[in-house]
Amino acid sequence: MNPVPDIYRILPEVILTLTGVAVMLLEATLPPSWPRRPLGWVAAFGTTFAFIASLWQLSLPEGTGYFNTVETSAFTVFFHVLICAIVLASLLLSLDTLPHDSHHQGEYYALIVFGAVGMCLLTGAIELLLAFVALEISSIATYILAGYRKEAPKGPEAAIKYFLLGSFATAFLLYGIALAFGATGTTQIYELGRLIPAAQNHAFVVTALAMMLIGILFKVSAAPFHLWTPDVYEGAPTPVVALMSTAPKAAAFALLLRIVYEVFPSLHAVSTPLLWAVAVLSMTVGNLAALRQKNVKRMLAYSSIAHAGYLLAAFAGIGTIGIAAASFYTAAYAAMNVGIFAVVTLVSGYEEELPLVDDFRGLLHRSPLLGSVLIFFLISLIGIPFTGGFFGKFYSFSAAVGGGAIWLAVIGLVNSGIAAAYYLRLAAAAAQRPDPDKTYSTPEVGIAVRAALMLAVAATLVLGIAPGQVLHAVQSGAHTLRTPMPEAAALPVQSAP
Amino acid sequence: MMKAFDPIILNLILLAPLAGALLVALLPNRGKLPNWIALLTTLFTFLCTLHLPAHFNLAQHGFQYEINIPWIENPAISYHVGVDGLSLWLIVLAGLLAPVGVIASWNAITERPKIFYSLFLVQQTAMFGVFVSLDLMLYYGFWELSLVPMAILIAMYGRKSGPAAALKFFLYTFIPSAPLLVAILWLYARTGTFDFVTLQVLLTHGNFPAAAMCWVALAFLFAFAVKVPVFPLHGWLADTFCEAPVALAMIVAGKLGLYSMLRFHVGLFPAQARAAAPWLIALAVIGILYGACMALVQRDFWRLIAFAAVSHLSLIVLAIYGLTFSGWTGAVYQILSHGVVDAALFLLLGLIYDRYATSEIAAFGGLAANLPRLATFFVIATLAMIGLPLLSGFVGEFIILSSTFSSVSRGWAVAAAVGIILGAAYMLSLVQRLFYGPQSSMVSAKPSTDLRFMQIAVLAPLAILIFALGAAPSIWLNAIQTGIHPPPLTSVQSLYAPATSENSFPTPISLEVQR
Repeated sequence: MNPVPDIYRILPEVILTLTGVAVMLLEATLPPSWPRRPLGWVAAFGTTFAFIASLWQLSLPEGTGYFNTVETSAFTVFFHVLICAIVLASLLLSLDTLPHDSHHQGEYYALIVFGAVGMCLLTGAIELLLAFVALEISSIATYILAGYRKEAPKGPEAAIKYFLLGSFATAFLLYGIALAFGATGTTQIYELGRLIPAAQNHAFVVTALAMMLIGILFKVSAAPFHLWTPDVYEGAPTPVVALMSTAPKAAAFALLLRIVYEVFPSLHAVSTPLLWAVAVLSMTVGNLAALRQKNVKRMLAYSSIAHAGYLLAAFAGIGTIGIAAASFYTAAYAAMNVGIFAVVTLVSGYEEELPLVDDFRGLLHRSPLLGSVLIFFLISLIGIPFTGGFFGKFYSFSAAVGGGAIWLAVIGLVNSGIAAAYYLRLAAAAAQRPDPDKTYSTPEVGIAVRAALMLAVAATLVLGIAPGQVLHAVQSGAHTLRTPMPEAAALPVQSAP
Repeated sequence: MMKAFDPIILNLILLAPLAGALLVALLPNRGKLPNWIALLTTLFTFLCTLHLPAHFNLAQHGFQYEINIPWIENPAISYHVGVDGLSLWLIVLAGLLAPVGVIASWNAITERPKIFYSLFLVQQTAMFGVFVSLDLMLYYGFWELSLVPMAILIAMYGRKSGPAAALKFFLYTFIPSAPLLVAILWLYARTGTFDFVTLQVLLTHGNFPAAAMCWVALAFLFAFAVKVPVFPLHGWLADTFCEAPVALAMIVAGKLGLYSMLRFHVGLFPAQARAAAPWLIALAVIGILYGACMALVQRDFWRLIAFAAVSHLSLIVLAIYGLTFSGWTGAVYQILSHGVVDAALFLLLGLIYDRYATSEIAAFGGLAANLPRLATFFVIATLAMIGLPLLSGFVGEFIILSSTFSSVSRGWAVAAAVGIILGAAYMLSLVQRLFYGPQSSMVSAKPSTDLRFMQIAVLAPLAILIFALGAAPSIWLNAIQTGIHPPPLTSVQSLYAPATSENSFPTPISLEVQR
């Protein structure tokens, strides 16, 4: 009945796992005197293979494997490709910025790759228990990575805070899954989607939905579940922040899409107003708090909360429109956010001697390359046309308007105006002449970082100037998500991302 | 043979500066290489813009040199560009001012020339884009894009407090553009198109909820009024003029906002524009008088020019919202004239600022003895600005005032004329205080050289243009008039005719794939 071997359905995950294991083993077996940097290249190559394998999965007929627990479809391929690209960019970024004498570099690279396994699996899982396990895999990797700078005063604090709050949130998710299981007797997503409308106890199901939403909204750091974000971002190494502000969020949004549109399509009347409120709260809280920040990483942390809000606005869209808009936004957001954190890593330094907005003063004069790239990403975050950030917001708010949530779009656009103020503060500092009384060190831009930056710039530009292909991909993805029974609609996927 | 370029000329005009910007950014910063690339690019672009009037068909109404290529399938955004009488000379003017700006920055911009010239060229593309776009989303894209290089350059090269001025400039224009975007999206949701020409027809004959249309038109108007700027929204202008590099200050004021008003506010929403007209006429006259009075008391010549600009731009707003054929012609003509005269004044003041590093008027006096050629050019520009017959300012002001007097309101026309008289007062007193009278201690302490060949080479074309605009207005007016069709009053009247079709716009906005 299913001619595709099951292993093909999880090929990228398998490749990533093997890469991670290889890196771990090499770390343990290589003589201690040898440099550990090549392990990063091993991880990067493994991720590249996983990226290619994800694209290759498009040639498979859509369907499920391993007893209906994972599927491959345009939707999963889109997110796999996105996550692999983000992981690749952050590996490249780490390669050049991680101090050469730092401990356990092999573990660092392996953890990034293992985290990617969890994230990829999360987007492909159609069984809530597997999704939970995948979420834990990715979370545990990021908990450890967040505390990687053990010497820094804020490193361990960040890790513990993230770990405690994160465990608490996943408990909510698990509780929600248990309730859904109690109501229907299954945890398979398509089965749930079929059985939940017929469930006897309505309150039971609504509680399950609410619990799951809490668990996931924590992961995407939407207000009011955002309190961990600024502290963790400040304490974690910046290359890790580039990763964890984008890839796990993309994966969590994929799960959120599945839960809202596949598990609980019958409860739209409940979930839509909830998400509406969370979106408005996230945008407003994120932007207002970001206005007051002096530390660039904290400012970007609040900005990421606001962006989660813009993205959630897409959930007000009807059916495929909302899904496509949300998926597009994750890609646009990932491209510009990885890019800007790459610049911040280089300018602030790995140990973050220069974390403040004032420390960015004159960047455009000191290092024209970094300065112009920084301003470019800020422009995209503001949402100026011809960048990915513009089309992301455009589709998201269009979806909201299409779904009848005009006020959500208006609030979102007002918020974009507020947000421009703090992005511009950073941009203006960078464009200003340097302080003549201060001496600045010019950051070095290595080959690997250059590649990561170019990847991010190219992605942001493509999403802003020629979004057609990506739009096609997210739309095909949205369509596969809308079919509750995968056997009934084994449509060939039409376009590649 | 040159006709062969007609179908691609607008692509050339849009892409050449962009290509130049890339070239400047990629090639090394050796000697004056960035300057030369920028100069050659802008000269080439200027030549391309000259192609437009050379092959412009005066007998044909509507858009020429049109290019219409679908760009994004869903939502249906297309790369639709074209030129008509309204935009024709504005494009040529923008093309002319670009090389002038490059030469003006030749020695003034020494730090980071690569960034300066590449952003300057991107700014050119954005400006041309605004003038030629016939797709609302494309237009919006260029409109927003035009903010970015300007803001960065003001922050980078500001004289005293660049970043603050840049922030003010950016936010003043960016925040009103949010409602503009919502309005454009609303139009798309109702009509299923962003195309200007289609929308113009649909909006004239369609049946739309009046209240919503009122808000949509207001959103358009608000965004443009800030950019012009119209009276209470002018807060950004003085700071921008004080801080912006000369080459950018020349191109920032007026043109984009006024053109957008004509094309996209009055052009798309004639009925709403007519409803708003009394308010705008009142604000325009207040702006004329307020700007003139403020200019009279300024101590800093950049601020004086800024308020003079508020006054003169308000006069054009008055002409636009008089909604008469001759008023519109005068308005476009006056945008041109003001563009040239303002550019000349900025160049000259920039040269003075370069020599003495102060913009405080009181510190000057008796400059004419040291700088006779500069003084000559300054007087020519000043006389053009205050509307001396045979110079460019006269024609526009005369057309505007006479049309206001005869077909709008005598009272407002008289009030506006008072503003113009005040204009003569502050401009002549500026000339007097800067160039004549006893030499101030600063001027006598710093003897400086007069204009050099390069500088004359830049100023001479502007001076010639000032005479040409004033002495032979019909050359310019003929082309402008083809763009004003149908005359505004008749198109407004046609709105009162019963709607021909109802509910003919079923396509809502959607991201669906067409399988």
